[in-house]
Amino acid sequence: MAASEALTPQAAPAATPGKELVQVENMKVYFPILAGIFQTVHGHVRAVDDVSFEIRRGETLGLVGESGCGKTTTGRAIIRLRDLTSGRVRFDGEDLSTMSRGDLRRMRRRMQIIFQDPYGSLNPRMTVGSIIAEPIETHHLASGNAKIDRVKELLRLVGLNPNYTNRYPHEFSGGQRQRIGVARSLAVEPEFIVCDEPISALDVSIQAQVLNLLIELREQFGLTYLFIAHDLSVVRHISDRVGVMYLGKLVEIGPPSAIYETPAHPYTRALLSAVPIPDPKAERRRKRVILTGDVPSPANPPPGCRFHTRCWLYERLGRPENCREVEPELRVVGNDHRAACHYAEEALKSDVGVARVGEEEEEFTRFVPPAPPTRPAVTAAPAAAAEIS
Amino acid sequence: MTLTDDQNRASEEPVVTELPENVSIATEEGRKLAEQLADAAPHAKRLLEVRNLSTQFFTKDGTVHAVDDVSFELDYGETLGLVGESGCGKSVTALSLVRLVPYPPGRIVSGEIIFDGIDVMKLSNEEMRLLRGKKIGFIFQDPLTSLNPTLPIGFQIAESARIHLGVSRKAAADRAVELLSKVGIPRARERLGDYPHQFSGGMRQRVMIAIALACDPMLLLADEPTTALDVTIQAQILELIRSLSEEFGTAVILITHDLGIAAGMCHRVNVMYAGRIVETGKVDDIFEHPQMPYAWGLLGSLPRIDEERGTRLRTIEGMPPDLINPGPECRFSPRCAYVHDKCREVEPELSSRAEPGHRARCWATEPGGWLNGSQ
Repeated sequence: MAASEALTPQAAPAATPGKELVQVENMKVYFPILAGIFQTVHGHVRAVDDVSFEIRRGETLGLVGESGCGKTTTGRAIIRLRDLTSGRVRFDGEDLSTMSRGDLRRMRRRMQIIFQDPYGSLNPRMTVGSIIAEPIETHHLASGNAKIDRVKELLRLVGLNPNYTNRYPHEFSGGQRQRIGVARSLAVEPEFIVCDEPISALDVSIQAQVLNLLIELREQFGLTYLFIAHDLSVVRHISDRVGVMYLGKLVEIGPPSAIYETPAHPYTRALLSAVPIPDPKAERRRKRVILTGDVPSPANPPPGCRFHTRCWLYERLGRPENCREVEPELRVVGNDHRAACHYAEEALKSDVGVARVGEEEEEFTRFVPPAPPTRPAVTAAPAAAAEIS
Repeated sequence: MTLTDDQNRASEEPVVTELPENVSIATEEGRKLAEQLADAAPHAKRLLEVRNLSTQFFTKDGTVHAVDDVSFELDYGETLGLVGESGCGKSVTALSLVRLVPYPPGRIVSGEIIFDGIDVMKLSNEEMRLLRGKKIGFIFQDPLTSLNPTLPIGFQIAESARIHLGVSRKAAADRAVELLSKVGIPRARERLGDYPHQFSGGMRQRVMIAIALACDPMLLLADEPTTALDVTIQAQILELIRSLSEEFGTAVILITHDLGIAAGMCHRVNVMYAGRIVETGKVDDIFEHPQMPYAWGLLGSLPRIDEERGTRLRTIEGMPPDLINPGPECRFSPRCAYVHDKCREVEPELSSRAEPGHRARCWATEPGGWLNGSQ
């Protein structure tokens, strides 16, 4: 049953926004810690520990958190590049976690991944053409000239010269390689793409190019993204909803307006306050909380709320006992907004960490560059000047 | 890559056993430096003046003009940002200041570096070592490769104090404990014997800062000090650099590609592009009315945390130019949306703008230029 459904071509999936495409239920991914000469299991790194959320069709869910919080493992476990320790992932209603290899392979046509490292994720011995053609061959989507045409079309789609099929990855810059990675993931016309830190390794101006490309493709093909990143500004820019992870747990999830303007988890507030804003005046008047210490080890997470060892609110509330003893549930704190904090209401009242939109505008004049002249007017100096001023 | 090579080189240098007073002073400038170190000579008016500095790398493909005719100055206690994308020459500028450009293939081909009245280019190598560490401290991007993995961190911090301050082993260890607690490492005395791998990334960067500050330097060169760290740890380290620089009056040259960090930390900012400074000024001027299309592009291509979900970011099309044999044109002109014929023929000078100290390298925003007054 799964097979027949997976094989039907999905050029433009019927747009039913709001309906769940991916459902993650109590996902746990533990890695064993092996030690001693016999390599016996001495405990587990709880990379993802009981995480539940859903990704709706056509939306982009951003997943943020610091390194080691489990966001990448979550992304990989969803498309079963990692096996789950327990829990369940449903893709379009079908349980991926118990699916056979063959069914899974057919299912993978509908879900793809873009990796962080544009250097490590492309085989240096394969030409760009064969890299992009590989998934087409695997899934028997086209052959012969049709395949070549398809590869060229994909290259054009991601903004690369279609005649570059015979070049090798080392001939491309980081941004161009990431475009090749995007083309490869689009080759099978997927519905769902896990973007795992797709722009972290790129320079600022190149980041914007790739980000724009991802947004354009999303609109063109009605794609659903899980966008994993540590950069909160980028996630706000691209996401319809945002999830925040800390030490293997999902601590807050909701629409960007809620997460960025009225965050209900003290960790989210601390994370936001740590992000620098390219605006000297805003930087000077911000209220920061500087978290002390490092993230605890996921092999031995603190009892109760995992964040209590670094939590500013916990200190402010006089170190309440239930933060140390009772693990907070992810509970509803607002419209489509959930947070895992016993004192989310207190966190909501505080003004820590939030960089407000459009406030105190009289103080800061936001620079707006003049509109660039339309292309042919390069030499027409007086006309351009008039147009701009 | 050049960076790590260089750091290794620095740490592999033979340990100077003589006290600073016993270092053979060969040059006039060296004598001045020795007098200053002994508090016998007055300080100069400005901490640092760089004039027409050019550093080139001689490779088999040709000469790379990594830093090309760069001039700037720095006051005591001031924090200056060097911002730009990878390959723009910001790191090489910093390495040139302390003459740590790897040779071969790199060499400072011309220019003057006046540090506290001393002409750095005229110092002998031995005298140069007095300047590094004692007067200029460094923090590099990757604390794991900049620390020696085979030595306990207590030794690595004390080393610099022993060499430059000539203090006893015991006093140097005490100094190390003091520095470690200052940079926020708990149970400092117990941790002196720990090795770098026993520390987390943020903690290693704190150790690097402790080493850099061991001899109370007047200038701290911080090359992407937080790029390898998470945002919450980044905030800790930046806060630490800021508070220490205020406490000790240390000037800082902060190299970063993150405009947000520059906005929060710096008094003044130099924007670099293709080996050149293309804009310089007070931080508020640079961010509120930048005068160079490259700076506009950089600011426009950043998604901001205090901004609603947008549709399209402005981008800078194309790629930075090849720095082998740059032509006479404005180096940004191939990517500039506002380009005129003039830009393709002659490169503009770094010329003054309305606000004091604000200068930019752009024909279009010069007085009388086609974009002047458009803000």
